Amino acid sequence: MKTKKRKTKNDRVIPGFGLSLGITLTILSFVVLIPLATLVIFTAGMSFPEVIKTITKPRVLASFEVSFLTAFIASVINTVMGIILAWVLVRYDFPFKRLMDGMIELPFALPTAVAGISLTALTSNNGLVGSFFAKFGIKLAYTRVGITIALVFIGIPFVVRTVQPVLEKLDPSYEEAAGVMGADRFTIFCRVIFPEIWPAAITGFGLAVGRCIGEYGSVVFIAGNQPFETEIAPLIIMSKLQEYDYASATAIALAMLIFSFLILFLVSFFQARNSAMIQGRR
Amino acid sequence: MTEKNESKYVKYLLITISVIFLFFFLVLPLFVVVTEAFKKGVDQYLQAVTDEYTVKAALLTIEATFFAVFINTIFGVFAAWSITKFRFKGKKILTTLIDLPVTVSPIIAGLIYVLTFGRQSILYPLLEKYDIKVVFAVPGIVLATIFVTFPFVSRELIPVLESQGTDEEEAAALMGANGRTIFWKVTFPHIKWAFLYGVVLCATRAMGEFGAVSVLSGHLRGKTNTLPLHVEILFNEFQYMPAFAVSSVLVVMAIILLIIRSVIEYKGKKEEE
Repeated sequence: MKTKKRKTKNDRVIPGFGLSLGITLTILSFVVLIPLATLVIFTAGMSFPEVIKTITKPRVLASFEVSFLTAFIASVINTVMGIILAWVLVRYDFPFKRLMDGMIELPFALPTAVAGISLTALTSNNGLVGSFFAKFGIKLAYTRVGITIALVFIGIPFVVRTVQPVLEKLDPSYEEAAGVMGADRFTIFCRVIFPEIWPAAITGFGLAVGRCIGEYGSVVFIAGNQPFETEIAPLIIMSKLQEYDYASATAIALAMLIFSFLILFLVSFFQARNSAMIQGRR
Repeated sequence: MTEKNESKYVKYLLITISVIFLFFFLVLPLFVVVTEAFKKGVDQYLQAVTDEYTVKAALLTIEATFFAVFINTIFGVFAAWSITKFRFKGKKILTTLIDLPVTVSPIIAGLIYVLTFGRQSILYPLLEKYDIKVVFAVPGIVLATIFVTFPFVSRELIPVLESQGTDEEEAAALMGANGRTIFWKVTFPHIKWAFLYGVVLCATRAMGEFGAVSVLSGHLRGKTNTLPLHVEILFNEFQYMPAFAVSSVLVVMAIILLIIRSVIEYKGKKEEE
Protein backbone atom coordinates (compact mmCIF):
# COMPACT_ATOMS: atom_id res chain seq x y z
CA MET A 1 0.00 0.00 0.00
CA LYS A 2 2.79 2.35 0.87
CA THR A 3 4.56 1.74 -2.45
CA LYS A 4 1.34 2.35 -4.34
CA LYS A 5 1.08 5.76 -2.82
CA ARG A 6 4.63 6.50 -3.76
CA LYS A 7 3.92 5.74 -7.38
CA THR A 8 0.67 7.59 -7.67
CA LYS A 9 1.64 10.76 -5.90
CA ASN A 10 4.89 12.30 -6.88
CA ASP A 11 5.01 14.87 -4.12
CA ARG A 12 4.80 12.23 -1.38
CA VAL A 13 8.12 10.47 -1.58
CA ILE A 14 8.28 9.73 2.13
CA PRO A 15 6.30 6.62 3.05
CA GLY A 16 3.86 6.21 5.92
CA PHE A 17 1.42 9.04 5.30
CA GLY A 18 -1.70 6.91 5.55
CA LEU A 19 -0.56 5.08 8.65
CA SER A 20 0.61 8.11 10.61
CA LEU A 21 -2.36 10.32 9.74
CA GLY A 22 -4.65 7.37 10.51
CA ILE A 23 -3.20 6.89 13.99
CA THR A 24 -3.25 10.65 14.58
CA LEU A 25 -6.90 10.98 13.62
CA THR A 26 -7.96 7.88 15.59
CA ILE A 27 -6.44 9.11 18.85
CA LEU A 28 -7.65 12.65 18.17
CA SER A 29 -11.20 11.35 17.64
CA PHE A 30 -11.28 9.43 20.89
CA VAL A 31 -9.71 12.09 23.07
CA VAL A 32 -10.97 15.33 21.53
CA LEU A 33 -13.48 14.99 18.71
CA ILE A 34 -16.04 12.59 20.19
CA PRO A 35 -16.22 14.40 23.55
CA LEU A 36 -16.46 17.73 21.74
CA ALA A 37 -19.20 16.40 19.48
CA THR A 38 -21.11 15.25 22.55
CA LEU A 39 -20.92 18.77 23.92
CA VAL A 40 -22.32 20.12 20.66
CA ILE A 41 -25.10 17.51 20.59
CA PHE A 42 -25.96 18.21 24.22
CA THR A 43 -26.04 21.95 23.57
CA ALA A 44 -28.27 21.50 20.53
CA GLY A 45 -30.83 19.92 22.83
CA MET A 46 -31.01 23.01 25.02
CA SER A 47 -33.25 25.95 24.24
CA PHE A 48 -31.56 29.29 23.64
CA PRO A 49 -33.71 31.35 26.05
CA GLU A 50 -33.00 28.73 28.71
CA VAL A 51 -29.24 29.14 28.19
CA ILE A 52 -29.51 32.92 28.38
CA LYS A 53 -31.61 32.65 31.52
CA THR A 54 -29.00 30.42 33.16
CA ILE A 55 -26.00 32.59 32.38
CA THR A 56 -27.68 35.87 33.32
CA LYS A 57 -28.59 34.79 36.83
CA PRO A 58 -27.09 37.37 39.21
CA ARG A 59 -24.91 34.81 40.95
CA VAL A 60 -23.50 33.53 37.64
CA LEU A 61 -22.93 37.06 36.33
CA ALA A 62 -21.15 37.94 39.57
CA SER A 63 -18.89 34.90 39.14
CA PHE A 64 -18.01 36.00 35.59
CA GLU A 65 -17.16 39.40 36.95
CA VAL A 66 -14.90 37.92 39.63
CA SER A 67 -13.18 35.62 37.14
CA PHE A 68 -12.60 38.26 34.46
CA LEU A 69 -11.61 41.03 36.82
CA THR A 70 -9.07 39.01 38.79
CA ALA A 71 -7.68 37.35 35.64
CA PHE A 72 -7.28 40.77 34.03
CA ILE A 73 -5.56 42.42 37.00
CA ALA A 74 -3.28 39.44 37.58
CA SER A 75 -2.29 39.38 33.92
CA VAL A 76 -1.55 43.11 33.87
CA ILE A 77 0.75 42.62 36.87
CA ASN A 78 2.35 39.66 35.11
CA THR A 79 2.84 41.61 31.91
CA VAL A 80 4.75 44.37 33.69
CA MET A 81 6.76 41.91 35.78
CA GLY A 82 7.21 39.60 32.79
CA ILE A 83 8.83 42.34 30.71
CA ILE A 84 11.13 43.23 33.60
CA LEU A 85 12.03 39.57 34.23
CA ALA A 86 12.65 38.87 30.55
CA TRP A 87 14.81 41.98 30.30
CA VAL A 88 16.84 41.03 33.38
CA LEU A 89 17.30 37.45 32.18
CA VAL A 90 18.35 38.42 28.65
CA ARG A 91 20.42 41.55 29.17
CA TYR A 92 22.16 41.22 32.53
CA ASP A 93 24.66 38.80 33.99
CA PHE A 94 24.52 38.00 37.68
CA PRO A 95 25.04 35.02 39.97
CA PHE A 96 22.30 32.34 39.99
CA LYS A 97 20.84 33.68 36.76
CA ARG A 98 20.29 30.16 35.41
CA LEU A 99 18.54 29.13 38.62
CA MET A 100 16.25 32.14 38.27
CA ASP A 101 15.56 31.25 34.66
CA GLY A 102 14.64 27.69 35.64
CA MET A 103 12.47 28.89 38.51
CA ILE A 104 10.19 30.77 36.10
CA GLU A 105 8.83 27.38 35.00
CA LEU A 106 7.82 26.41 38.52
CA PRO A 107 4.16 27.47 38.18
CA PHE A 108 3.89 25.13 35.17
CA ALA A 109 5.43 22.24 37.04
CA LEU A 110 3.93 22.62 40.49
CA PRO A 111 0.52 20.93 40.90
CA THR A 112 -2.08 23.67 41.17
CA ALA A 113 -3.59 22.21 44.34
CA VAL A 114 -0.20 22.43 46.07
CA ALA A 115 0.22 26.03 44.96
CA GLY A 116 -3.30 26.71 46.18
CA ILE A 117 -2.91 25.41 49.70
CA SER A 118 0.55 26.88 50.23
CA LEU A 119 -0.50 30.34 49.01
CA THR A 120 -3.52 30.09 51.28
CA ALA A 121 -1.34 29.20 54.26
CA LEU A 122 1.00 32.05 53.38
CA THR A 123 -1.65 34.75 53.05
CA SER A 124 -4.15 33.73 55.71
CA ASN A 125 -4.32 35.94 58.80
CA ASN A 126 -1.79 33.85 60.71
CA GLY A 127 0.41 33.09 57.70
CA LEU A 128 3.87 34.56 57.08
CA VAL A 129 2.70 37.30 54.73
CA GLY A 130 -0.93 37.46 55.80
CA SER A 131 -0.11 38.26 59.43
CA PHE A 132 1.88 41.31 58.33
CA PHE A 133 -1.03 42.69 56.32
CA ALA A 134 -3.50 41.72 59.05
CA LYS A 135 -1.82 44.27 61.33
CA PHE A 136 -3.12 46.98 59.01
CA GLY A 137 -6.53 45.33 58.80
CA ILE A 138 -5.98 44.06 55.26
CA LYS A 139 -7.22 40.57 54.51
CA LEU A 140 -5.54 38.71 51.68
CA ALA A 141 -6.77 35.13 51.69
CA TYR A 142 -10.49 34.55 51.12
CA THR A 143 -10.84 37.86 49.24
CA ARG A 144 -10.52 38.90 45.61
CA VAL A 145 -6.99 40.00 46.39
CA GLY A 146 -6.24 36.39 47.34
CA ILE A 147 -7.63 35.13 44.04
CA THR A 148 -5.47 37.65 42.21
CA ILE A 149 -2.38 36.49 44.11
CA ALA A 150 -3.03 32.88 43.08
CA LEU A 151 -3.52 33.94 39.46
CA VAL A 152 -0.33 36.00 39.45
CA PHE A 153 1.48 32.85 40.56
CA ILE A 154 -0.12 30.77 37.79
CA GLY A 155 0.55 33.37 35.09
CA ILE A 156 4.21 34.22 35.77
CA PRO A 157 5.77 32.15 32.95
CA PHE A 158 3.56 33.33 30.09
CA VAL A 159 4.80 36.87 29.39
CA VAL A 160 8.40 36.06 30.34
CA ARG A 161 8.52 33.18 27.89
CA THR A 162 6.98 35.12 24.99
CA VAL A 163 9.07 38.28 25.45
CA GLN A 164 12.39 36.52 26.13
CA PRO A 165 13.01 35.20 22.57
CA VAL A 166 12.17 38.58 21.04
CA LEU A 167 14.62 40.38 23.32
CA GLU A 168 17.29 37.80 22.51
CA LYS A 169 16.86 38.53 18.81
CA LEU A 170 16.84 42.29 19.33
CA ASP A 171 20.13 43.79 18.20
CA PRO A 172 21.60 46.10 20.89
CA SER A 173 23.26 48.18 18.18
CA TYR A 174 19.93 49.91 17.50
CA GLU A 175 19.86 51.11 21.06
CA GLU A 176 23.47 52.17 20.85
CA ALA A 177 22.72 54.10 17.70
CA ALA A 178 19.82 55.82 19.41
CA GLY A 179 22.07 56.54 22.39
CA VAL A 180 24.76 58.03 20.19
CA MET A 181 22.19 60.25 18.58
CA GLY A 182 21.38 61.60 22.04
CA ALA A 183 18.31 59.68 23.14
CA ASP A 184 18.09 58.98 26.87
CA ARG A 185 17.35 55.50 28.23
CA PHE A 186 13.66 56.19 28.68
CA THR A 187 13.24 57.39 25.10
CA ILE A 188 15.22 54.40 23.85
CA PHE A 189 12.93 52.04 25.73
CA CYS A 190 9.76 53.71 24.45
CA ARG A 191 10.88 54.28 20.89
CA VAL A 192 13.27 51.42 20.12
CA ILE A 193 12.61 48.48 22.45
CA PHE A 194 8.92 48.73 23.22
CA PRO A 195 7.70 48.70 19.58
CA GLU A 196 9.58 45.43 19.12
CA ILE A 197 8.34 43.60 22.20
CA TRP A 198 4.75 44.72 22.54
CA PRO A 199 3.22 42.09 20.23
CA ALA A 200 5.03 39.42 22.26
CA ALA A 201 3.90 41.01 25.51
CA ILE A 202 0.27 41.15 24.32
CA THR A 203 0.49 37.52 23.21
CA GLY A 204 1.75 36.52 26.64
CA PHE A 205 -0.92 38.67 28.29
CA GLY A 206 -3.64 36.97 26.25
CA LEU A 207 -2.34 33.50 27.03
CA ALA A 208 -2.17 34.38 30.72
CA VAL A 209 -5.73 35.76 30.75
CA GLY A 210 -6.96 32.62 28.99
CA ARG A 211 -5.28 30.38 31.51
CA CYS A 212 -6.35 32.46 34.52
CA ILE A 213 -10.03 32.56 33.59
CA GLY A 214 -10.21 28.79 33.54
CA GLU A 215 -7.96 28.24 36.52
CA TYR A 216 -9.49 26.19 39.30
CA GLY A 217 -7.01 24.26 41.46
CA SER A 218 -4.96 27.10 42.86
CA VAL A 219 -7.93 29.42 43.31
CA VAL A 220 -10.53 27.30 45.15
CA PHE A 221 -8.50 27.14 48.34
CA ILE A 222 -7.58 30.81 48.57
CA ALA A 223 -10.90 32.20 47.28
CA GLY A 224 -13.18 31.41 50.20
CA ASN A 225 -15.88 30.82 47.57
CA GLN A 226 -18.44 33.33 48.85
CA PRO A 227 -21.28 33.75 46.32
CA PHE A 228 -21.22 37.23 44.69
CA GLU A 229 -17.89 38.01 46.32
CA THR A 230 -15.22 35.41 45.69
CA GLU A 231 -16.95 32.70 43.71
CA ILE A 232 -15.27 32.06 40.35
CA ALA A 233 -17.06 30.81 37.22
CA PRO A 234 -15.30 27.38 37.09
CA LEU A 235 -16.44 26.78 40.68
CA ILE A 236 -20.08 27.40 39.71
CA ILE A 237 -19.73 24.84 36.91
CA MET A 238 -18.23 22.43 39.43
CA SER A 239 -21.08 22.85 41.91
CA LYS A 240 -23.72 22.53 39.16
CA LEU A 241 -22.05 19.26 38.17
CA GLN A 242 -22.17 18.04 41.73
CA GLU A 243 -25.89 18.77 41.75
CA TYR A 244 -26.19 16.80 38.47
CA ASP A 245 -27.52 19.98 36.85
CA TYR A 246 -25.70 19.30 33.59
CA ALA A 247 -27.74 21.77 31.53
CA SER A 248 -26.75 24.77 33.66
CA ALA A 249 -23.15 23.60 33.87
CA THR A 250 -22.97 23.31 30.09
CA ALA A 251 -24.58 26.71 29.53
CA ILE A 252 -22.03 28.45 31.75
CA ALA A 253 -19.21 26.41 30.21
CA LEU A 254 -20.30 27.50 26.73
CA ALA A 255 -20.20 31.17 27.72
CA MET A 256 -16.68 30.66 29.03
CA LEU A 257 -15.62 28.69 25.96
CA ILE A 258 -16.80 31.42 23.61
CA PHE A 259 -14.81 33.95 25.58
CA SER A 260 -11.66 31.80 25.58
CA PHE A 261 -11.89 31.26 21.83
CA LEU A 262 -12.22 35.00 21.37
CA ILE A 263 -9.02 35.51 23.34
CA LEU A 264 -7.32 32.71 21.43
CA PHE A 265 -8.30 34.32 18.15
CA LEU A 266 -6.85 37.67 19.21
CA VAL A 267 -3.72 35.98 20.52
CA SER A 268 -3.12 34.13 17.25
CA PHE A 269 -3.38 37.45 15.46
CA PHE A 270 -0.61 38.97 17.60
CA GLN A 271 1.34 35.74 17.53
CA ALA A 272 1.51 35.88 13.74
CA ARG A 273 2.93 39.41 13.96
CA ASN A 274 5.27 38.31 16.66
CA SER A 275 6.73 35.30 14.86
CA ALA A 276 7.13 37.40 11.71
CA MET A 277 9.15 39.77 13.85
CA ILE A 278 11.38 37.04 15.26
CA GLN A 279 11.95 35.43 11.88
CA GLY A 280 12.53 38.76 10.15
CA ARG A 281 15.46 39.39 12.45
CA ARG A 282 17.26 36.17 11.66
CA MET B 1 30.31 58.01 31.84
CA THR B 2 27.06 59.18 33.40
CA GLU B 3 25.18 57.02 30.90
CA LYS B 4 26.97 53.93 32.20
CA ASN B 5 26.37 54.77 35.85
CA GLU B 6 22.72 55.30 35.29
CA SER B 7 22.51 52.04 33.39
CA LYS B 8 24.15 50.21 36.29
CA TYR B 9 21.72 51.80 38.72
CA VAL B 10 18.81 50.66 36.57
CA LYS B 11 20.35 47.21 36.32
CA TYR B 12 20.52 46.65 40.07
CA LEU B 13 17.09 48.14 40.57
CA LEU B 14 15.52 45.78 38.02
CA ILE B 15 17.38 42.75 39.35
CA THR B 16 16.25 43.60 42.89
CA ILE B 17 12.63 43.96 41.78
CA SER B 18 12.81 40.61 39.99
CA VAL B 19 14.39 38.83 42.93
CA ILE B 20 11.85 40.22 45.41
CA PHE B 21 8.94 39.31 43.13
CA LEU B 22 10.14 35.76 42.57
CA PHE B 23 11.00 35.38 46.25
CA PHE B 24 7.47 36.21 47.36
CA PHE B 25 5.64 34.35 44.64
CA LEU B 26 7.82 31.28 44.10
CA VAL B 27 10.27 30.72 46.94
CA LEU B 28 8.03 31.50 49.91
CA PRO B 29 5.22 29.12 48.86
CA LEU B 30 7.73 26.28 48.58
CA PHE B 31 9.22 27.25 51.93
CA VAL B 32 5.75 27.15 53.50
CA VAL B 33 5.11 23.65 52.14
CA VAL B 34 8.30 22.34 53.73
CA THR B 35 7.90 24.07 57.10
CA GLU B 36 4.24 23.09 57.43
CA ALA B 37 5.02 19.50 56.43
CA PHE B 38 7.66 19.11 59.14
CA LYS B 39 5.81 21.18 61.76
CA LYS B 40 5.13 18.17 63.96
CA GLY B 41 8.42 16.42 63.44
CA VAL B 42 9.90 13.86 61.11
CA ASP B 43 7.96 10.91 62.59
CA GLN B 44 4.59 12.48 61.93
CA TYR B 45 5.76 13.50 58.48
CA LEU B 46 6.77 9.95 57.59
CA GLN B 47 3.51 8.66 58.97
CA ALA B 48 1.51 11.04 56.79
CA VAL B 49 3.52 10.22 53.69
CA THR B 50 3.35 6.45 54.16
CA ASP B 51 -0.32 6.50 55.10
CA GLU B 52 -2.30 3.78 53.31
CA TYR B 53 -4.47 6.23 51.38
CA THR B 54 -1.51 8.42 50.43
CA VAL B 55 0.30 5.44 48.95
CA LYS B 56 -2.82 4.37 47.05
CA ALA B 57 -3.28 7.91 45.74
CA ALA B 58 0.37 7.99 44.67
CA LEU B 59 -0.04 4.72 42.77
CA LEU B 60 -3.10 6.06 40.95
CA THR B 61 -1.23 9.26 40.08
CA ILE B 62 1.62 7.18 38.65
CA GLU B 63 -0.85 5.06 36.69
CA ALA B 64 -2.64 8.08 35.19
CA THR B 65 0.67 9.80 34.42
CA PHE B 66 2.02 6.68 32.74
CA PHE B 67 -1.02 6.31 30.45
CA ALA B 68 -1.08 10.02 29.63
CA VAL B 69 2.60 10.01 28.68
CA PHE B 70 2.26 6.76 26.74
CA ILE B 71 -0.76 7.78 24.64
CA ASN B 72 0.35 11.36 24.11
CA THR B 73 3.83 10.29 23.06
CA ILE B 74 2.50 7.90 20.43
CA PHE B 75 0.07 10.54 19.30
CA GLY B 76 2.66 13.30 19.39
CA VAL B 77 5.17 11.45 17.22
CA PHE B 78 2.64 10.40 14.58
CA ALA B 79 0.88 13.76 14.57
CA ALA B 80 4.13 15.71 14.28
CA TRP B 81 5.36 13.37 11.55
CA SER B 82 2.20 13.69 9.45
CA ILE B 83 1.93 17.45 9.95
CA THR B 84 5.52 18.30 9.09
CA LYS B 85 6.47 15.71 6.46
CA PHE B 86 3.39 15.73 4.26
CA ARG B 87 1.15 18.24 2.57
CA PHE B 88 -2.58 17.75 2.97
CA LYS B 89 -5.78 19.71 3.30
CA GLY B 90 -7.06 20.64 6.73
CA LYS B 91 -3.64 20.80 8.36
CA LYS B 92 -4.46 24.08 10.04
CA ILE B 93 -7.67 22.66 11.51
CA LEU B 94 -5.78 19.61 12.73
CA THR B 95 -3.17 21.67 14.59
CA THR B 96 -5.89 23.85 16.11
CA LEU B 97 -7.77 20.78 17.34
CA ILE B 98 -4.61 19.32 18.84
CA ASP B 99 -3.95 22.54 20.77
CA LEU B 100 -7.56 22.89 21.88
CA PRO B 101 -7.36 20.83 25.11
CA VAL B 102 -4.88 23.15 26.82
CA THR B 103 -6.90 26.25 26.03
CA VAL B 104 -10.01 24.84 27.65
CA SER B 105 -10.53 25.27 31.39
CA PRO B 106 -9.78 21.99 33.19
CA ILE B 107 -13.27 22.07 34.70
CA ILE B 108 -14.80 22.29 31.23
CA ALA B 109 -12.56 19.40 30.12
CA GLY B 110 -14.01 17.35 32.95
CA LEU B 111 -17.53 18.46 32.06
CA ILE B 112 -17.11 17.34 28.45
CA TYR B 113 -16.17 13.84 29.59
CA VAL B 114 -19.05 13.70 32.04
CA LEU B 115 -21.41 14.57 29.19
CA THR B 116 -19.81 11.95 26.96
CA PHE B 117 -19.67 9.04 29.35
CA GLY B 118 -22.09 10.02 32.11
CA ARG B 119 -25.59 8.78 32.76
CA GLN B 120 -27.35 11.11 30.30
CA SER B 121 -25.03 10.23 27.43
CA ILE B 122 -26.13 8.29 24.36
CA LEU B 123 -23.12 6.06 24.93
CA TYR B 124 -24.21 5.17 28.45
CA PRO B 125 -26.43 2.13 27.61
CA LEU B 126 -23.55 0.71 25.61
CA LEU B 127 -21.07 1.25 28.44
CA GLU B 128 -23.48 -0.25 30.93
CA LYS B 129 -24.00 -3.33 28.79
CA TYR B 130 -20.31 -4.09 28.94
CA ASP B 131 -20.06 -2.91 32.53
CA ILE B 132 -17.54 -0.20 31.78
CA LYS B 133 -17.42 2.65 34.27
CA VAL B 134 -15.72 5.84 33.12
CA VAL B 135 -17.14 8.68 35.20
CA PHE B 136 -16.25 8.51 38.90
CA ALA B 137 -13.83 5.70 38.11
CA VAL B 138 -10.20 5.20 37.16
CA PRO B 139 -10.72 5.28 33.33
CA GLY B 140 -12.25 8.75 33.67
CA ILE B 141 -9.24 9.98 35.60
CA VAL B 142 -6.88 8.53 33.02
CA LEU B 143 -8.86 10.06 30.13
CA ALA B 144 -8.98 13.47 31.79
CA THR B 145 -5.22 13.35 32.34
CA ILE B 146 -4.63 12.41 28.70
CA PHE B 147 -6.88 15.27 27.60
CA VAL B 148 -5.22 18.06 29.58
CA THR B 149 -1.70 17.06 28.47
CA PHE B 150 -2.72 16.14 24.93
CA PRO B 151 -0.54 18.47 22.79
CA PHE B 152 2.58 18.50 24.95
CA VAL B 153 4.71 16.05 22.95
CA SER B 154 3.55 17.05 19.46
CA ARG B 155 3.99 20.72 20.29
CA GLU B 156 7.69 20.23 21.05
CA LEU B 157 8.30 18.07 17.97
CA ILE B 158 6.50 20.12 15.32
CA PRO B 159 8.78 23.20 15.31
CA VAL B 160 11.94 21.05 15.27
CA LEU B 161 10.70 18.85 12.44
CA GLU B 162 9.45 21.86 10.55
CA SER B 163 12.77 23.67 10.62
CA GLN B 164 14.54 20.49 9.58
CA GLY B 165 12.52 20.14 6.36
CA THR B 166 11.92 16.97 4.38
CA ASP B 167 15.06 16.71 2.21
CA GLU B 168 16.83 14.08 4.28
CA GLU B 169 13.76 11.87 4.54
CA GLU B 170 13.09 12.18 0.84
CA ALA B 171 16.64 11.22 0.03
CA ALA B 172 16.42 8.19 2.32
CA ALA B 173 13.10 7.19 0.79
CA LEU B 174 14.45 7.45 -2.74
CA MET B 175 17.35 5.23 -1.74
CA GLY B 176 14.79 2.65 -0.73
CA ALA B 177 14.56 2.95 3.05
CA ASN B 178 11.19 2.07 4.53
CA GLY B 179 9.21 4.29 6.86
CA ARG B 180 10.47 2.76 10.07
CA THR B 181 14.12 2.99 9.05
CA ILE B 182 13.70 6.57 7.93
CA PHE B 183 12.10 7.53 11.23
CA TRP B 184 14.64 5.86 13.50
CA LYS B 185 17.78 6.52 11.46
CA VAL B 186 17.08 9.91 9.90
CA THR B 187 14.37 11.75 11.79
CA PHE B 188 14.67 10.59 15.38
CA PRO B 189 18.29 11.69 15.96
CA HIS B 190 17.18 15.26 15.17
CA ILE B 191 14.22 15.27 17.51
CA LYS B 192 15.71 13.21 20.35
CA TRP B 193 16.00 16.08 22.82
CA ALA B 194 12.74 17.75 21.82
CA PHE B 195 11.07 14.36 22.22
CA LEU B 196 12.46 13.81 25.72
CA TYR B 197 11.58 17.39 26.63
CA GLY B 198 7.99 16.86 25.54
CA VAL B 199 7.73 13.60 27.48
CA VAL B 200 9.00 15.22 30.68
CA LEU B 201 6.69 18.21 30.18
CA CYS B 202 3.76 15.86 29.69
CA ALA B 203 4.64 13.84 32.80
CA THR B 204 5.00 17.00 34.88
CA ARG B 205 1.57 18.31 33.99
CA ALA B 206 -0.11 14.90 34.13
CA MET B 207 1.13 14.31 37.66
CA GLY B 208 -0.26 17.58 38.98
CA GLU B 209 -3.59 17.79 37.15
CA PHE B 210 -6.36 18.78 39.51
CA GLY B 211 -9.45 20.42 38.00
CA ALA B 212 -10.38 17.95 35.27
CA VAL B 213 -9.54 14.95 37.42
CA SER B 214 -11.53 16.45 40.26
CA VAL B 215 -14.68 16.55 38.11
CA LEU B 216 -14.34 12.94 36.99
CA SER B 217 -13.20 11.42 40.26
CA GLY B 218 -15.85 10.44 42.74
CA HIS B 219 -13.36 11.39 45.48
CA LEU B 220 -13.40 7.86 46.85
CA ARG B 221 -10.43 7.41 49.13
CA GLY B 222 -8.18 4.59 48.09
CA LYS B 223 -10.10 4.16 44.83
CA THR B 224 -10.38 7.25 42.67
CA ASN B 225 -8.13 9.62 44.55
CA THR B 226 -4.95 10.98 43.00
CA LEU B 227 -2.27 12.76 45.03
CA PRO B 228 -3.48 16.31 44.25
CA LEU B 229 -7.04 15.28 45.12
CA HIS B 230 -5.79 13.69 48.31
CA VAL B 231 -4.16 17.01 49.22
CA GLU B 232 -7.53 18.71 48.73
CA ILE B 233 -9.40 16.22 50.91
CA LEU B 234 -6.88 16.48 53.74
CA PHE B 235 -6.83 20.28 53.56
CA ASN B 236 -10.62 20.54 53.60
CA GLU B 237 -10.67 18.26 56.65
CA PHE B 238 -8.34 20.72 58.38
CA GLN B 239 -5.59 18.11 58.47
CA TYR B 240 -3.06 20.76 57.46
CA MET B 241 0.12 18.93 58.41
CA PRO B 242 -0.66 15.77 56.40
CA ALA B 243 -1.92 17.90 53.48
CA PHE B 244 1.43 19.69 53.33
CA ALA B 245 3.35 16.46 53.83
CA VAL B 246 1.65 14.96 50.76
CA SER B 247 2.22 18.26 48.93
CA SER B 248 5.92 18.10 49.71
CA VAL B 249 6.09 14.78 47.85
CA LEU B 250 4.55 16.46 44.81
CA VAL B 251 6.92 19.42 45.16
CA VAL B 252 9.93 17.11 45.19
CA MET B 253 8.62 15.29 42.11
CA ALA B 254 7.97 18.61 40.34
CA ILE B 255 11.46 19.92 41.12
CA ILE B 256 13.12 16.67 39.97
CA LEU B 257 11.21 16.83 36.68
CA LEU B 258 12.10 20.52 36.34
CA ILE B 259 15.79 19.74 36.77
CA ILE B 260 15.62 16.88 34.24
CA ARG B 261 13.94 19.30 31.90
CA SER B 262 16.67 21.94 32.15
CA VAL B 263 19.31 19.26 31.66
CA ILE B 264 17.54 18.06 28.51
CA GLU B 265 17.18 21.62 27.26
CA TYR B 266 20.86 22.32 27.94
CA LYS B 267 22.06 19.14 26.23
CA GLY B 268 19.82 19.75 23.26
CA LYS B 269 21.17 23.26 22.81
CA LYS B 270 24.74 22.05 23.17
CA GLU B 271 24.24 19.40 20.52
CA GLU B 272 22.74 21.96 18.19
CA GLU B 273 25.90 23.99 18.38
